[in-house]
Amino acid sequence: MSEAAVLNRVRPGFYLDSVALMRHSQAVAALPGVETAAMMIGSESNKGIMEDAGLLADEGRGAEPNDLIIAVRAESAETGEAALTEAEALLDRPAAAGGEAGAWNPKSLETALETLAGANLALISVPGEFAADEARKALAKGLHVMIFSDNVTIEDERALKEEARRRGLLVMGPDCGTAIIGGVPLAFANEVPRGAIGLVSASGTGLQEVSCLIARGGKGVSHGIGVGGRDLGDKVGGLMTLMAIDALDADARTKHIVVISKPPSDAVAKTVLARVAESPKTFTICFLGLDTIDLPENAVLAPTLEAAAAEALGNPLSELSPDEEAKAAEKAKGMDVGRRWIRALFAGGTMCAETQVIFRAAGQNILSNVPIPGALPLGDAIAGHSAIDLGADEYTVGRPHPMIEPAVRNDELEVALAEPDAAVILLDMVIGHGAHADPAGDLADVLKGAKSGGPVVIASVTGTEDDPQVYSEQIVKLRMAGVMVAPSNARATALALAIVGHLA
Amino acid sequence: MDVNEFLESDVRVVNIGLESFARELGERGVPTVHVVWAPRAANARIRDLLAKLGS
Repeated sequence: MSEAAVLNRVRPGFYLDSVALMRHSQAVAALPGVETAAMMIGSESNKGIMEDAGLLADEGRGAEPNDLIIAVRAESAETGEAALTEAEALLDRPAAAGGEAGAWNPKSLETALETLAGANLALISVPGEFAADEARKALAKGLHVMIFSDNVTIEDERALKEEARRRGLLVMGPDCGTAIIGGVPLAFANEVPRGAIGLVSASGTGLQEVSCLIARGGKGVSHGIGVGGRDLGDKVGGLMTLMAIDALDADARTKHIVVISKPPSDAVAKTVLARVAESPKTFTICFLGLDTIDLPENAVLAPTLEAAAAEALGNPLSELSPDEEAKAAEKAKGMDVGRRWIRALFAGGTMCAETQVIFRAAGQNILSNVPIPGALPLGDAIAGHSAIDLGADEYTVGRPHPMIEPAVRNDELEVALAEPDAAVILLDMVIGHGAHADPAGDLADVLKGAKSGGPVVIASVTGTEDDPQVYSEQIVKLRMAGVMVAPSNARATALALAIVGHLA
Repeated sequence: MDVNEFLESDVRVVNIGLESFARELGERGVPTVHVVWAPRAANARIRDLLAKLGS
């Protein structure tokens, strides 16, 4: 076969939101002879992403942020040209944007506020370069803000949060995938009952896992306030975490507060914990992976998401049941000689971190594309267990996040299923609003094609009975497909380690 | 509306960006208005230039 052709076409002054563009990209990528396709607006950051993915040609390099770049890599120039023409035809269809025909929508924030009296929250998911401007406008109108977009500069984040604090408003994010306000799940979140546990989280999937474990443990959540992954970094200094603690402190419904983040710097940890010490309420502090820090008397430390939920529920830390131990031994016994590695493939970035934390605590090495301190970068050419965050940029150029569409993970899953030394495949299934309609069903379809005698597949489901996908229905589908199901990502990880422990 | 008043109120959303968020919230009965948004060329160009200078 001749070398692949990379072709671009630019549509000046054309805009569609990224979900709509993703849908069209997938349709084009599925055309015969097309290896990859991406449609993105021509911002500098998008051009960088496309350049890294080997999808940018000269025509695309010259595009402006208000232009649309259509990029394909195809087996020949002719196939590529045909794909570009088909892509343009898709964009020209009247329903290209996926909107309701005939629905009228305002074109400015001002008109939107006239349309919806009493609006109190702006949910912003425009491309990152533009998100700070939109957030600033929303704050000026007195709205609280949730910024789903990533790629907002840290300087903009700090400035927005300082402005919000002056105005007494929340800025949740940037890169905030999950929040639950007054029982309403926003963006990627689950249907959890209302209750007395308040959550403040720098991690979207962390908030999802903990809120679902709380719900399935029989309690409820007052509010889940997302603060964005960098809030507890030195440059932002925990501005929103502190405001969220103030708010939950003053909230009569909230009796206990859980703070979830990767470990902050000493200075930020000190500031946050000093604020915790002033509170009359009790706290669970989950600085993921941290198992020692000086805490005030009203707080306890939880090194994992599961431990955070257990503390908040007042339950003892869960351990593998005798039944699970027995199953692990049985699975190991039946396994082909030579199988020994765990392949963890995650949709949720924080689940990927939690698994690495558990490996580290068990004294096991693990490789990851997003290594926590003590883990090894995936690029190191050594054999071993691995944990991949498939939501990371390198996997999602021109493709939807694996929580929305499992295809990205399925590719890696097929590889792991065929790997002769893979002993266990570990997966997280995140359901709830925004997520794929049936991730367990999709996984079952992939596993149908797998040969028998392959690696053991273990999964946990982050979700609840009231989610659109229904927790128990997902579990049934997984079990029917021969998947071992654990009640949390931490337990799934422990189960995987128990199996390989028996192989030694 | 301060933060605690916000937490006590029903959420009423102005959605700026992905239309699917507005559609889903609307279907769940959350009062939502979707703003039709597109990047403004001039602003975007200046932002990109500033970003380049800053890097």
